[in-house]
Amino acid sequence: MIKRGDFILKKNMVALRNITAIFGDHKVIDNLNLDIKDSEFVTLLGPSGCGKTTILRMIGGFLKPNVGDIFIEGKNVTNVPAHKRNVNTIFQSYALFPHLNVYENVAFGMRIQKKSEIQISSQVEKMLKMVSLENFSKRSVTSLSGGQQQRVAIARALVVNPRVLLLDEPFGALDLKLRKDMQSELKAIQQKTGITFVFVTHDQEEALSMSDVVIVMNEGKIQQIGTPTNIYNEPRNAFVADFIGESNILDGVMLEDYIVEFANKKFKCLDFGFKKNEKVDVVIRPEDVKIRKSGLGQLKGCVASVTFKGVHYEIIVDVSGFKWMIQSTMFQKVGSEIGIFLNADDIHIMRKFEHSGEYGDYSAFSDEMYEVYENVTK
Amino acid sequence: MKKRVVLPPYIFWLVTFVLVPMSLVVYFAFTDKNGNFSLSNLNDVFLYSNVFLRSIWLGFIATSFCFLIGYPTAYIISRVNIKCRKFLIAMIMLPMWTNFLLKTYAWMTILEERGFVSCFFQFLGIGKFSLINTSSAVVFGMVYNFITYMILPIYSVLIRNDRHLVEAAQDLGANQLKIFLKVTFPLSLPGVIAGIAMVFVPSVSTFVLSKMLGGGKDLLIGDIIDMQFLGSVYNPCLGSAISLVLMILVFICSGIMNQFVKREERTVIAL
Repeated sequence: MIKRGDFILKKNMVALRNITAIFGDHKVIDNLNLDIKDSEFVTLLGPSGCGKTTILRMIGGFLKPNVGDIFIEGKNVTNVPAHKRNVNTIFQSYALFPHLNVYENVAFGMRIQKKSEIQISSQVEKMLKMVSLENFSKRSVTSLSGGQQQRVAIARALVVNPRVLLLDEPFGALDLKLRKDMQSELKAIQQKTGITFVFVTHDQEEALSMSDVVIVMNEGKIQQIGTPTNIYNEPRNAFVADFIGESNILDGVMLEDYIVEFANKKFKCLDFGFKKNEKVDVVIRPEDVKIRKSGLGQLKGCVASVTFKGVHYEIIVDVSGFKWMIQSTMFQKVGSEIGIFLNADDIHIMRKFEHSGEYGDYSAFSDEMYEVYENVTK
Repeated sequence: MKKRVVLPPYIFWLVTFVLVPMSLVVYFAFTDKNGNFSLSNLNDVFLYSNVFLRSIWLGFIATSFCFLIGYPTAYIISRVNIKCRKFLIAMIMLPMWTNFLLKTYAWMTILEERGFVSCFFQFLGIGKFSLINTSSAVVFGMVYNFITYMILPIYSVLIRNDRHLVEAAQDLGANQLKIFLKVTFPLSLPGVIAGIAMVFVPSVSTFVLSKMLGGGKDLLIGDIIDMQFLGSVYNPCLGSAISLVLMILVFICSGIMNQFVKREERTVIAL
């Protein structure tokens, strides 16, 4: 795992400076600054419409920012067209050329560069071998499965030795099993080639499992940049907490250092440095909530629903109107009274920010917020 | 493999409008005037081999012009914004709704010695200009009448062109010209083939144009067939035989053209 200190030494591969992008009257990207270091696997994570694909298209050269500059390897490329940038993209739809076979698809970039036939065949075969498609070179791309098409797209993009590879939700069309396989395969390819990967996804699990650095975005702004563990364990605000994993987010008041009040109870916590009686967001991960017998916990609630999720049960508990999500390996009967117990280190305190209150009750972000954001972007 | 389901209305259509007329053509082609089996009609077809060659040659030239004018037109139409596109398509469709003979008569007067074009050329001081009663006028008529059938299929393929493929090519280093040559054009081939077939076939078998614009000097194969059925020579058996040979030639031509397109993308049927 890369620590913050490590990548300060690495040089910037891509740098975005004061980028603003406006579509119609909607500000998709709002004065954004971002550095992407050499040979890192960086993921732009956020709900649809948060501007992550826009950033990718700007790095690729398919879109010009209204304001701001884009640097690749220190050179200002803001006005350099896509075909002159040493950056390649893997498109969501793969965009393989249907009139060419697997070999010719992969060879496309090298043919444009007018490489010799010998160079082309050795490179293409090497690439096809890397994505384990060496026996498919004469096949038509339309006859391949989704996973195979994905691999052809990867080989086609990597064969021209890009400095940066951009991936726009490349696994969106694959089923879960294949998606997992491709994730580890892609990660292995990235480590082997040492090429900087900029990956766009709205799938937080995918982002956490593959990336060196995760950039959480919302409404054209960066919410948090950090390693996956960092983002998960220390979300900077309620949006990040809610979007990364599942969270119970409650309104609280910081009475003094290490003491917070929420759900009409005082709790010990590990946070300090807030103003006296400052209103805060209290974030509690569902897996951190402990279930006790009724009366033994700090809070009391009634089990509203129980869903079996394989590894654990997802239990929704109604605590005087607020619905908590709890993940537990122990089954609870619907309608029964249970106690809730929290340790001081299970409670994460966050400063209120402009979107506080948009999420709360056990909200899996995807369910509620997508509609909100899709309406915004339409 | 897909299971073939043949629906009754389709069978009815097929029998009434395809199988029966075709069988009649074949039947007449192989019978003499008394209704006996004969190969003499087919033998006589070769008397007209120069007419066949001329028809195919003029058809080829007309098709080439249609392609050279039609492809850029279709390309431009597919690129402009939707409002402009609708207008341009309407402009291209409009002449199709006008009667064929009417249009050709109009061109006769425009192209003749004292016609509009000639006057215009004289006005410019270039001198008299008369295209009427030449093979060029016939080709001109073919291009004018059939170019729509070239533009529309190419346009319909180009408009479906995946924007992502263009971006992918650009991403891999291709400039606008390379994108066109290596992606856009190859992908529009099915439309081009369909367009060629739809222009070439009616051009080769057309029969009024040569009379009206070509002055009836250089007859085309369509005129010969026309004469066998409606003219003074009246010999439907020979007419059928010529039709049959023409049909076979057209099938061969489209078969050759189809070799340039992948099986699943073929738009023109061929044996």
